[in-house]
Amino acid sequence: MRATSQGMDMTADKAADAFVEFERVQKSYDGETLVVKDLNLNIGRGEFLTMLGPSGSGKTTCLMMLAGFETATHGDIRLDGKAINNIPPHKRGIGMVFQNYALFPHMTVAENLAFPLEVRKLSKADIETKVGRALDMVQMKAFGGRRPAQLSGGQQQRIALARALVFEPELVLMDEPLGALDKQLREHMQYEIKHLHERLGVTVVYVTHDQSEALTMSDRIAVFNDGVIQQLAGPATLYEKPENAFVAQFIGENNKLRGRVENIEGSHAVIALDNGPKVKALAVNCGGIGKPTLLSIRPERVILGPEAGETALKGRVVELIYLGDHIRCRMEVAGDDEFIVKVPNNHAHAVLQVGEETPIGWVVDDCRALDAA
Amino acid sequence: MAETTTETTKNAPLLAADGTPLRRKLEQALFVSRMRALGLVAPLLAFILAVFIIPIVYFMIQGMHNPVYADRMPNSTPILQAWDGQSPVTEEMAEAMVKDLILTRDNREIGRVATRVNQEFSGARSMFTSSARKAERMEPPFLEALVDADKDWGKQEVWRAIKVAATSWTPAYYLAALDFQYAGDGSITRQDAERRIHVALFVRTMEISLIVTISCFVLGYPVAWLLAELPVRKANLLMILVLLPFWTSILVRTTAWIAMLQGQGVMNDLMVFTGLNQVILQISMLFNDYKDLTVSSLCGIDVNAALGSIPAAVEKFGASPPGTLTRCGAEILAAFEQGGESGARSHAEALAASAQRWGYGDERFSMIYNKLGTIIAMTHILLPFMILPLYSVMKTVPPSYLRAAKSMGATNWTAFWRVYFPQTIPGIGAGALLVFILAIGYYITPALVGGQDGQMISNFIDFHMRRSLNWSLAAALGGVLLIIVLFFYWLYDRIVGIDNMKLG
Repeated sequence: MRATSQGMDMTADKAADAFVEFERVQKSYDGETLVVKDLNLNIGRGEFLTMLGPSGSGKTTCLMMLAGFETATHGDIRLDGKAINNIPPHKRGIGMVFQNYALFPHMTVAENLAFPLEVRKLSKADIETKVGRALDMVQMKAFGGRRPAQLSGGQQQRIALARALVFEPELVLMDEPLGALDKQLREHMQYEIKHLHERLGVTVVYVTHDQSEALTMSDRIAVFNDGVIQQLAGPATLYEKPENAFVAQFIGENNKLRGRVENIEGSHAVIALDNGPKVKALAVNCGGIGKPTLLSIRPERVILGPEAGETALKGRVVELIYLGDHIRCRMEVAGDDEFIVKVPNNHAHAVLQVGEETPIGWVVDDCRALDAA
Repeated sequence: MAETTTETTKNAPLLAADGTPLRRKLEQALFVSRMRALGLVAPLLAFILAVFIIPIVYFMIQGMHNPVYADRMPNSTPILQAWDGQSPVTEEMAEAMVKDLILTRDNREIGRVATRVNQEFSGARSMFTSSARKAERMEPPFLEALVDADKDWGKQEVWRAIKVAATSWTPAYYLAALDFQYAGDGSITRQDAERRIHVALFVRTMEISLIVTISCFVLGYPVAWLLAELPVRKANLLMILVLLPFWTSILVRTTAWIAMLQGQGVMNDLMVFTGLNQVILQISMLFNDYKDLTVSSLCGIDVNAALGSIPAAVEKFGASPPGTLTRCGAEILAAFEQGGESGARSHAEALAASAQRWGYGDERFSMIYNKLGTIIAMTHILLPFMILPLYSVMKTVPPSYLRAAKSMGATNWTAFWRVYFPQTIPGIGAGALLVFILAIGYYITPALVGGQDGQMISNFIDFHMRRSLNWSLAAALGGVLLIIVLFFYWLYDRIVGIDNMKLG
């Protein structure tokens, strides 16, 4: 729970000192549909904010508007208190890392790094020391004379990072920078970027569609869907307390049970599942009595066997998959055979057989009644 | 592991499972597929060999080898070749010549021999044919008899010219292509100043090619960029417009330019209508390029003399003389030649009187039948060869490079010049090389719209092929052209690197 409180604290004090502000920003490409609908977002100084969402959700458009490559159809974007809508990209002083690195193939690594300094007309000596320092920062000191094509994907990624940081911008934008790397390298680079951010204290706006990447690195995550921020919160909050069905579905694995609100008692609701039994759940976003709702339960929060307790339902094991650290158990619950339970692989876990029926349950607050999306 | 492998190969060759060395086994395995691949390209290879390589080799040889004389004049050829070209002409040489003249007259080959010698020394044709008619009745001493028939036989340089014609393998044609003269005694001298035309022609050919290449680049680069940047539908439409010239006959396109650019053509009409001709005239006068645009237009007029006569006309009309300036200038010049300054003045005044009838200010420019016309038409025809390689290269430059440059603080221009442009160099190189090499050997357009000063070396080669029938000189000119092209190819490889070329 430490992570949660830390995340929440940051949220509080970063948002107060807004460095980047989107105010009622809208964007349309064709004049018929809005790609970004009424975006309001404050990003604090030194914050690592991730825009997360499926493709076409408007997250990259937001980033491009911030960088200056797209103009907002309506609304203001402010950087450090100044409206930047009419400032061309090259005067914004924002560092940017691109999806495919965009390292200039006709220049060496050192020339690539020197480029932003040269256009700022720094002296030769200054450029040399800064380039050296930036290469040092990403542990690529020995590679200054190489061409980008002679580097591996991970090395190119580091150079792209160093190039975006070498002119010491206060804000760095990253557009799915790790998308082209393999899984292992991607995870390694996630930590590296995170540490770099902590060390330098720059503000980072990061765009990705990979939720684990977002959870690993971010102070706060803005989950985008359909041009709207669905939820803006720290990683722990986002995972544990999703506010709507989209976020619950998009972040992590999630079991959903459809039902109708039968009764509301304070912060809890009684839900009648479509296929029979009634369960109690935390009323988060479920509307009034009689409204359809979607229950969301994380697979690792499901309790199996005799300890299932107050909300016990019957579940029938359909499939068991051994995954080492846990056993993935697909069950049929209330007519839905996509119900997943993660059984930790420890001495205490229940021994299950395919076809077996077992009582299942959860702590009431772990079952969240959300909008029926 | 790597070390042990190298060691094994060093000590003993690796063996395949059946004991043969691995290398040979691999070669055997690849041989069949290689043969099959060769079989696929064999027809094309044979075709290229038959219609391209062999003709090129043949014509390169033709530029050095002309056996017309040696084949038909068996008696005089060995004696002429043995002659040093300095010592006096002997009776023996004359006797052999008379025998040969009789021989060639009998088998009706004298015309070809005479033509061949005429290439070395003009006037030889009539000398040979008339002497051959009289040869049968000639009595010794033959030298005197020959001189009686035509007194040119007494000149040593005539015999030297015949000696050159009698030598089958000769550098004479290649030297002639470079404006040198190869005499019978083996000496090499420069052509007389008024006959030095080839080098100037080569220089002009290269100049036109260079201007066409640069024009194609300047006009084509933005179009290629537009093609690469526009959305697919619009880009396709534009691409069709770019390719349209390819689908039209080159003759039609060139003729269209004649209609556009001629004196009473669309462009001139338009300029007169808008008054643009006056603007251009004023500007060109500012830069003192008056003569280039108007009077001379390379119609063979002595520019300085024409200019000298024009002040009179200018005095009369203010800034510009009336009518078509080319014609006007020529008329004033003619008047100047006949009646001196006063003649020119009175003619200019006569022109001034008729200026009212012509309408003042309809000066028309000579834009066709000269170098300008050749450059315009060739630029138009060769433009796709520049645009297509550029386009294919630009298509591969991701837009994120420009964005990256701008995000790092580069202005539009810096981003273009430092990031975009260098990455299009392979396309520029390919396009420029393609256009230049095509232009340097261009024939049909200069022939149609080149007039006098827009002619290129190919037109000269054509002249020697079809008119003067001096095939060996045509071959030598072509050979020099080929060497020039290869030289530029080599230069390109040195500067840009041929691996950097991207044709698509």
